[in-house]
Amino acid sequence: MKTAITVKKKNGLALKPALLARPVTPVKKRRLEFGRRWDYAPAPETVPVKIDPRHELFIDGKFTAPRSGQYFDSINPATEAKLCEIARGDGQDVDRAVAAARRAFENVWSRAPGRERGKYLYRVARILQEKARELAVLESMDGGKPIKESRDFDVPMAAAHFFYHAGWADKLEYAFPGRKPRPLGVAGQIIPWNFPLLMAAWKIAPALACGNTVVLKPSKSTSITALRLAQIFQEAGLPDGVLNVVTGDAATGTALYTHPDVNKVAFTGSTEVGKIIARACAGTGKKLTLELGGKAANIILEDAPIDQAIEGVVSGIYFNQGHVCCAGSRLLVQEGIYDTVIHKLRNRIQTLRVGDPLDKNTDVGAINSCAQLEKIRELVRCGQEEGAEVEQSSCALPSKGYWFPPTFLTSVTMSHRVAREEIFGPVLSVMTFRTPEEALERANNTPYGLSAGVWTDKGSKIFKMVGKLRAGVVWANSYNKFDPASPFGGYKESGFGREGGAHGLSAYVQLT
Amino acid sequence: MTTTFASVPTIDQVTVEERAASFTKRSIKTSAKLAGLKMAVSMIDLTTLEGKDTPGRVAYLCRKALQPAEPKYDVPSCAAVCVYPNLVRHARRFLGERSAVKIASVATGFPSGQYPLRTKLEETRRAAGDGAEEIDMVIDRGAFLAGEHRKMFDEIAAVKAACGDSHLKVILETGELVTYDNVRLASQIAMEAGADFIKTSTGKVQPAATMPVTLVMLEAIRDYFFATGLRIGMKPAGGIRTAKQSLAYLVMVKETLGDDWLTPDLFRIGASTLLNDVLMQIAKTADGNYQGADYFSIS
Repeated sequence: MKTAITVKKKNGLALKPALLARPVTPVKKRRLEFGRRWDYAPAPETVPVKIDPRHELFIDGKFTAPRSGQYFDSINPATEAKLCEIARGDGQDVDRAVAAARRAFENVWSRAPGRERGKYLYRVARILQEKARELAVLESMDGGKPIKESRDFDVPMAAAHFFYHAGWADKLEYAFPGRKPRPLGVAGQIIPWNFPLLMAAWKIAPALACGNTVVLKPSKSTSITALRLAQIFQEAGLPDGVLNVVTGDAATGTALYTHPDVNKVAFTGSTEVGKIIARACAGTGKKLTLELGGKAANIILEDAPIDQAIEGVVSGIYFNQGHVCCAGSRLLVQEGIYDTVIHKLRNRIQTLRVGDPLDKNTDVGAINSCAQLEKIRELVRCGQEEGAEVEQSSCALPSKGYWFPPTFLTSVTMSHRVAREEIFGPVLSVMTFRTPEEALERANNTPYGLSAGVWTDKGSKIFKMVGKLRAGVVWANSYNKFDPASPFGGYKESGFGREGGAHGLSAYVQLT
Repeated sequence: MTTTFASVPTIDQVTVEERAASFTKRSIKTSAKLAGLKMAVSMIDLTTLEGKDTPGRVAYLCRKALQPAEPKYDVPSCAAVCVYPNLVRHARRFLGERSAVKIASVATGFPSGQYPLRTKLEETRRAAGDGAEEIDMVIDRGAFLAGEHRKMFDEIAAVKAACGDSHLKVILETGELVTYDNVRLASQIAMEAGADFIKTSTGKVQPAATMPVTLVMLEAIRDYFFATGLRIGMKPAGGIRTAKQSLAYLVMVKETLGDDWLTPDLFRIGASTLLNDVLMQIAKTADGNYQGADYFSIS
């Protein structure tokens, strides 16, 4: 890693000698020093949580042991300590869950008036808010994400999705003027490990609002909060079978999306698995939505508000350790401001606090799993071999657990693997461009198309670029902003279908 | 007149406000809290700027700045007292020739700055001659807003020359500049013209110091440091009233400019009511319980 820093006088930082009121004595080292003086004391979140040593499947309103009697360990990625055991559901457990969901659909939920469904969803949303701190701690322990994010983003946003969709439940006819929306039946939903509770909410809320019932399969490494959500459903008095949670591994997921009595499959996860699911669902009549990977370009034009753009870049790639499908993992910088941007970014990543996810001052937590850490390491190693230069935060990493420091790669070209493949970690690939047209061409030159970012002070440029970026979500002078009312989804290999907003409802109804 | 400073970076309002708010989320507890509070005391410019100020009132202020709290709390003295030019010599008399507490004087037609340059310079020279080690000047906002950036620059440079050995703090009065872009540009002009510190406000205009405005100025200081290697100081003034606020500002300084700026030489807080709230928190940390306001001397 380079330590000597030179700043080219660009972007208005150049001094105009005629205006100088005093002589400038240049110093060699123009790097900011972070960390020696006034370090923050540990500030752990102290709310007590109880984690049952063994978590069962949630089928037909009851927690029930898996038929096989098998369990797997759930690990805290920040400490490598075992948190609890999670039931391994198999095909027969999925059968039971789908059957329960079918009964609930036919007998209760599809017949319930919209306002009745809305009432339950509102209740779930309120309980989520009441238990927010506990859920945030669980989410951070289970997944390694900083408590600051689980507390301020994951849990409130999960509640917001229930609130939002509760509001739609009795107004569906207005979402589709002139057409009659009917529920599809049983929805099989498979969610990833990066936002376990939020993805569950994101999937369950619209499905139930529209009158469907659900069998949810959480990711193997993060099942705890989905099961806690199932408890909340019990507490809220939802009819048995409306929500079922079958934990397990890939085989459990396969049993779910191949199940003949499932009417709708919704999957968020890797493009690789998404393709397998798409093949399996083809010709079965199952309605399918896929929300897959991404390799988003965050584009900084010369006239951008640079300090704010840096903040957007940082939140774009280091939010949730980069475990974000819409992460801004490619940074495209106009050549004239490249040195300025790199210099600022290099200083900025030094202030990111990496460590204990439960410390309220932690900015970057633990990598979700050992396997993911290996994948990140492998790709960064490959980037280096292909000629990229690695810039990393010099932060100390804990000795136990899975950690990767905030990193960015320079001297990256479009043909590097790190410029094309999704790393899904705190690793940013930086490239340059000369004109806005070139930026568009490079941004679109990817098999993915989930999201993108544009930073410029000029409104007309924003509109011009946004129209030409082939990405489902484009943020202008901001990044990673979410709202339940705003549809989210991808182009190309980032999937199809939209989640959130009125658009998201259409994935869960048939229109007549 | 067209500006010669047109190329300073623009500021995005939404993101800069979001970033400024993020500093308030830092949880500063136990030892870090105590250290931060004491540091805040050492950075306070204890201020009285009223028409009714008298030598007697300034004596109270000086005494409080020298020893803000009972010795058992081990609290440092404040950085400076800040007074009107006519009261500088009284402050010097109360503090003595060699004092840990510096004397700062507002000048240049404070607070409006709508006076002839000649009288502004005279004021500056007299305040410095009476013993003010720091001059807090106001910029000519009228000139700035009219696009006469050169005039603003020249005036600051002239005041800097009139300061002699005294340090110059340049008050932008950000509440009258209104936009962040203006604040960023005015900061740049002030630094290039010779400011040792840039300061947000007079305290006579609302809004005074806010976190986003201070962040914009800190970022200007950062860019100036990157470009020149010179470290310019920052002084938010007005509106910082609670210990918690002062810690949030310190967090912002630490994470924007780094540890080198965590010193009274490069960061000040202009305040009158903040001090006792900080002392109350320090006493609470030491004694374990809150004491009533009457247990803390007013200045």
